[in-house]
Amino acid sequence: MGGKLGLDPAVVARARELARRAGQPVVDLARSHTTVSVERAVLRLAGVGGADPDGIPWVNRLVDAVVADVGLSHGVAVPVFDALARESLDDVTLLAQRAAAGSVRFEVPSGRAATAARRAARRAVAAGIRRVDRRRVERERLVRRWGDPPRRPWVYLIVATGDIYEDIPQAQAAARAGADVIAVIRSTGQSLLDYVPEGATREGFAGTYATQENFRLMRAALDASSRELGRYVRLTNYASGLCMPEMAVLAGLERLDMMLNDSMYGILFRDINPIRTFVDQRFSRQVHARAGIIINTGEDNYLTTADAVEEAHTVTVSQLLNEFFAHEAGLADWQLGLGHAFEINPEVPESLRLELAHALLARELFPDAPLKWMPPTKHMTGDVFRGNLLDGFFNLVGALTGQGILLVGMMTEAVVTPWLSDRDIALQNVRYVLGAAGGLHEDFVPAPGGFVQRRAGLVLDEAVRLLERIVDDSLLTAIGEGTFGIMRRPADRGKGLDGVAAHASDYYNPATEILEADAAGGAVVAAGVSA
Amino acid sequence: MSGPVVRPYGDTTGDGMVQVSFTLPVPHDKRAEGAALQLAAKMGMDPALLVHARAMGDGFTFFVVYGRVNHLVDLSAVRVVERDFPLLPAKEINALVKRRLRRKLTVVGACIGTDAHTVGIDAILNVKGIAGEKGLEYYRELRVVNLGAQVSVPDLVEAARAERADAVLVSQVVTQRDAHLHNTREMSAAFREALPAGRRPLLVVGGPRFDEAMAAELGVDRIFGRGTTPREVASYLVHALVTGNGRGGRSGE
Repeated sequence: MGGKLGLDPAVVARARELARRAGQPVVDLARSHTTVSVERAVLRLAGVGGADPDGIPWVNRLVDAVVADVGLSHGVAVPVFDALARESLDDVTLLAQRAAAGSVRFEVPSGRAATAARRAARRAVAAGIRRVDRRRVERERLVRRWGDPPRRPWVYLIVATGDIYEDIPQAQAAARAGADVIAVIRSTGQSLLDYVPEGATREGFAGTYATQENFRLMRAALDASSRELGRYVRLTNYASGLCMPEMAVLAGLERLDMMLNDSMYGILFRDINPIRTFVDQRFSRQVHARAGIIINTGEDNYLTTADAVEEAHTVTVSQLLNEFFAHEAGLADWQLGLGHAFEINPEVPESLRLELAHALLARELFPDAPLKWMPPTKHMTGDVFRGNLLDGFFNLVGALTGQGILLVGMMTEAVVTPWLSDRDIALQNVRYVLGAAGGLHEDFVPAPGGFVQRRAGLVLDEAVRLLERIVDDSLLTAIGEGTFGIMRRPADRGKGLDGVAAHASDYYNPATEILEADAAGGAVVAAGVSA
Repeated sequence: MSGPVVRPYGDTTGDGMVQVSFTLPVPHDKRAEGAALQLAAKMGMDPALLVHARAMGDGFTFFVVYGRVNHLVDLSAVRVVERDFPLLPAKEINALVKRRLRRKLTVVGACIGTDAHTVGIDAILNVKGIAGEKGLEYYRELRVVNLGAQVSVPDLVEAARAERADAVLVSQVVTQRDAHLHNTREMSAAFREALPAGRRPLLVVGGPRFDEAMAAELGVDRIFGRGTTPREVASYLVHALVTGNGRGGRSGE
């Protein structure tokens, strides 16, 4: 495609430059702080697993014990591996169990002990990262063997029963019916849990808990389906909420293929502290970059609270910021499932042309990103017949504008969690539109100076003006003032702030060190992968 | 006792025609179609016309059935909660609060429990509103404190007390395992426990799956169902707290 909107390259370049300037202070903030969840993620890479009899993971118990003795600001890697040596243990999980029983005291070592602890921590974490690397290579091999979906967009479908053992047959049925990507929606409370539950789970609220075991079970089931169907079926979950960095690590270890991972979603929609989110974000993106995971950003959510016409430019601004944060963390363009949505009120005159303009703008601004196109939710009224028609138009805009990932809209949106038949009808809708008009984007060239071109240009101009304001006021101020999705989220409020600390001068995080060194060296997949 | 009686309308008065769709956990074959017709018959559809059957995955079939039902609807026996307060324009709502209450009316809103779906409460509270109607924040004489998603009940009670709330608005979307009902009961019980009757704010819940007639059972003053607009809520608040002889709340304090 390219050049269908006649966008001014100078304006596009200016938008990117402004996004960089708006985002850089946040990156600096993220580089100089850590969080309990980042530290727990490091320990998971170092091999700490399992949970105590109450279901609290050992990584939580261990981080809490270290924080109680020496605080968070040094990072937990050095105190933990120093204690491991002093206790003459070689199993970090065992150390966590002893620490939880109160029989281990943590210190910040100096001199030789510090050097040795750093080296041991780095060795343990490197082993965890090698496991992530092996899963990435395995994915690449399986995609080669079973093949990618035969066309774009990839068809993305949700399951959400609350019970992993119900989710599995539903996901397999969806794959058989044509889904290329399965997303397991999380239980609605999970984003605000400050720990990752353990084990296979059978109860959740409007979704299924994300646990390492649930990840493993679903990936294995979809591997079986992929083999049967002769195409690699991808699996999606959420690196969001208070445990975002750990979710990224677990996804890497269990070969999940996509993760929802937005730079601002937790702040705006879950009232998680902005600093906590940006620190957790950066680490989780570095892990995703390494693991070859495609991230899905959450711009669609802005339009569920704000007006999709008036606030269209906030989506563009957020996409540009997400792109900057993603590149900075080492993600490549093919890993950026930047989000946007078909949420304009269908009563608005020319709503379809407006949707086309917005969708095409995203396509042209990010030509190499597999954009994630999200279906109508806000204007789904419970009239399932009208809903099915709206979803058809949504699918048509997706086909016309070359979207990469199409989340299948349900006519029963806002009525019930999708029934088997809802999913089947929705997939018929997608198959009909893609079958009938899948190549129509070749013929769809908006008239020069016409409605679609003018609208796209206007949204881009508004985005540039908003970015200018954000650069002047700082991104944290803009978020505090309710610039995105109307929610006001000041930097000194929100959940999870007590789990944030500024780095001490001796802060050490072997995971960040390895991820940044290898990314800088261009060797994203490190040596030792073939092991 | 018996009032006007109606039947479903297909294309002729009194034809009683309805359309239903459902799925049975059986593979699609002749027996499946017979099974669908049996269900339709038991639902009172006679004659039932199976117009569509389609296999879905392994062992499921989806059906669309049209048919005539013999049931009658007695309109005089229908019980609903009719709006028992006048719907006022924004200007008048502001004027009434200003003149009669002589201070701003404070509304605290939240999604409680694990519910993270703020769409409902935001539609009612945010300036943006819904369906072209501005939310309560737009009303000059209303002071709105939106606590957002996943607020615990104790936090909500505390916020209501600290803000000296006249009314507390709670929205609940998630209904799995009747979470919306449990949460609402927990909330109303907590307010009853924390505050004496005269100082308790007006408790209002809303959500797409509530039965508006259940207010007393759930211990709240009012339930709003799907399609409620901010102006209806504002009008109700004025009726209950300012002009009506409903619950007084802290009015006139």
